[in-house]
Amino acid sequence: MSGRPSRWLLGGRHYSEAASLALAAPFLILAFVTFILPLGSLLHESLFLPQPTLAHYERALTEPVYLRVMLRTLRIAASVTLLTLLLAWPLAWLMARSSGLRLAILVASVLLPLWTSVLVRTYAWMVLLQKNGVVNQLLIGAGITGEPLRLLYTEGAVVLAMSHVLLPFMVLPIFSALRGIPEDYNRAAQMLGASEWATFREVIFPLSLPGVTSGCLMVFLLALGFFVTPALIGGPQQMMIATLVSQQVREMLDWSFAGALVGVLLAFVLLIAVAFKRAVRLDRFVGSA
Amino acid sequence: MLQSAALSSRSVGIEIEGLVKRFGSVKAVDGVSLAVEPGEFLALLGPSGSGKTTILMAIAGFEYPDEGRIRVGGEDLTWVPPNRRNLGMVFQKYTLFPHMSVLENIAFPLKMRGLGRAEREERARAALATVRLDGYGERKPSQLSGGQQQRVAIARAIVYKPRVLLMDEPLSALDKNLREEMQIETKHLQREIGITVVFVTHDQTEALTMADRVAVLDQGRLQQIGSPHDLYETPRTAFVAGFIGETNFCKGRAQGAGVAGQRIGVTLDGGDVVEATAVEAVAQGAPVRIAIRPERLSLGDPATGLAACVEEAIYAGNATTLLLALPSGQSIRLRVPAGAALASPAVGERVGLSWRVEDARAFGDAA
Repeated sequence: MSGRPSRWLLGGRHYSEAASLALAAPFLILAFVTFILPLGSLLHESLFLPQPTLAHYERALTEPVYLRVMLRTLRIAASVTLLTLLLAWPLAWLMARSSGLRLAILVASVLLPLWTSVLVRTYAWMVLLQKNGVVNQLLIGAGITGEPLRLLYTEGAVVLAMSHVLLPFMVLPIFSALRGIPEDYNRAAQMLGASEWATFREVIFPLSLPGVTSGCLMVFLLALGFFVTPALIGGPQQMMIATLVSQQVREMLDWSFAGALVGVLLAFVLLIAVAFKRAVRLDRFVGSA
Repeated sequence: MLQSAALSSRSVGIEIEGLVKRFGSVKAVDGVSLAVEPGEFLALLGPSGSGKTTILMAIAGFEYPDEGRIRVGGEDLTWVPPNRRNLGMVFQKYTLFPHMSVLENIAFPLKMRGLGRAEREERARAALATVRLDGYGERKPSQLSGGQQQRVAIARAIVYKPRVLLMDEPLSALDKNLREEMQIETKHLQREIGITVVFVTHDQTEALTMADRVAVLDQGRLQQIGSPHDLYETPRTAFVAGFIGETNFCKGRAQGAGVAGQRIGVTLDGGDVVEATAVEAVAQGAPVRIAIRPERLSLGDPATGLAACVEEAIYAGNATTLLLALPSGQSIRLRVPAGAALASPAVGERVGLSWRVEDARAFGDAA
């Protein structure tokens, strides 16, 4: 103890275990009380109340009504992932190639919606898509259709609105991956005889894959549990699993069955996360940062 | 040797005519014309901002010039896009594609040329052997050291037998020992396959070590092009004299008029009169700068030659450098090689300096 400076918190590059724990404690406590604990009690309820049973899970996985909801959830999440990927990649590419004011405007147009309430953005889509909404008025005005089309409460509308809400989660990781590709790779490829298309196909796109993978993972997992947008835009006809859980809890007061649905969703999310993590790791191994 | 024979190509020359490139109001390249002989190793040497890289980029096709033409093997390439020029290039930073193996990297240009898989692999392996990296083909670039990566980059740049090889400070990221090793290795490889090389560097030692001829550039203008020996012994501008090797500059005025190559008398700013060789025509009384290499100065009795006072002696093993003060107050350097019979004078001692007239080169001094 002779005059050795204290490095308990500041000054050291590596914190002691005690210091690390102290720094993480507020978050860990919060996560435990507000997330782990309720989730655990819900899952407990689905398995053990009133006595140990798998009946709730059996019901969730065999009754066609609920299976359809789950399949629709998967289909919508997959469509949203694909659509955001198609929209995000070119945008991320443009951002990676921009600087100064143009980059600032592009980043702002991606981030500003993220800072706007999901509810507000969802209502905006309702205004656009409803029977006498902007889109229908335009279509009728242009003579494309005689009477208003049914746009709201369709799966397409849900996919469109969710894609809009989730787009930033796809753009940002791809942008960061593309931003990390040195311009010299592009030049080297051209020097070696690659056309612009070949440079994209053989060099740029493969190097963007780590960003594409994490973007897809993020959007897909967020989409699986999405609540507000599908509930408002899809209505009861296009119910997704989160809406079904809410219905079971608030209308049926069937906490055990809601717990089983949450359990199924959670298992699926974990499965995908683990699978993708393998893929991401493999990708790191194949390529390198 | 079998592998390098497979890589050797009919070498072609490069002609650059009146090249001008402006960035905004700045002329990065200001009317440069030069010819690279087939099979020659030419270094473009200059400080940063001298235009050397811009010239290389214009040959590569990444910069289109504002004026002038570029011909390779007699074919005008000035406006041809880079991927259709069939030139090889090694970049300053390692530009191996990180998601491909070493062998895939080397085979990449062959793939772009539509060769079949079997031939691609065979030729890539041969190129890898040429840079002495057999057995590293399956690794990822990140698993190689900096020097190995740059050797792979060279293999990738020569595997498709490009007409010329462009190198943009390819060794600057390596540490000193490895750099010197790679300089010699690169030079050997170039001789073996007989390819024309244009090599950009800001390191004069590197340029003198590797190049057949060196083109010295400053502020977008070609200062001099010649063999390393010519540049060191007979620099044509004060810039070249100062940039290549170490040089003392003494200011003065010409006593009489003289044409290039003529002996002239020069009154130094301190009042002493010395003799020098005029590099260009000078008028009587015109301001001149005399350039003398430190190792070309001889020590003598203070009564003979230019009087100076020893201020400091720096011993460096193979030579001793003396810092001397002239009567004008100017400091100049003199180098005494180790093993020279004469003893080094002590600090504070007065000495006389002399030199062969052809070793003192007088440049006109506009400033």
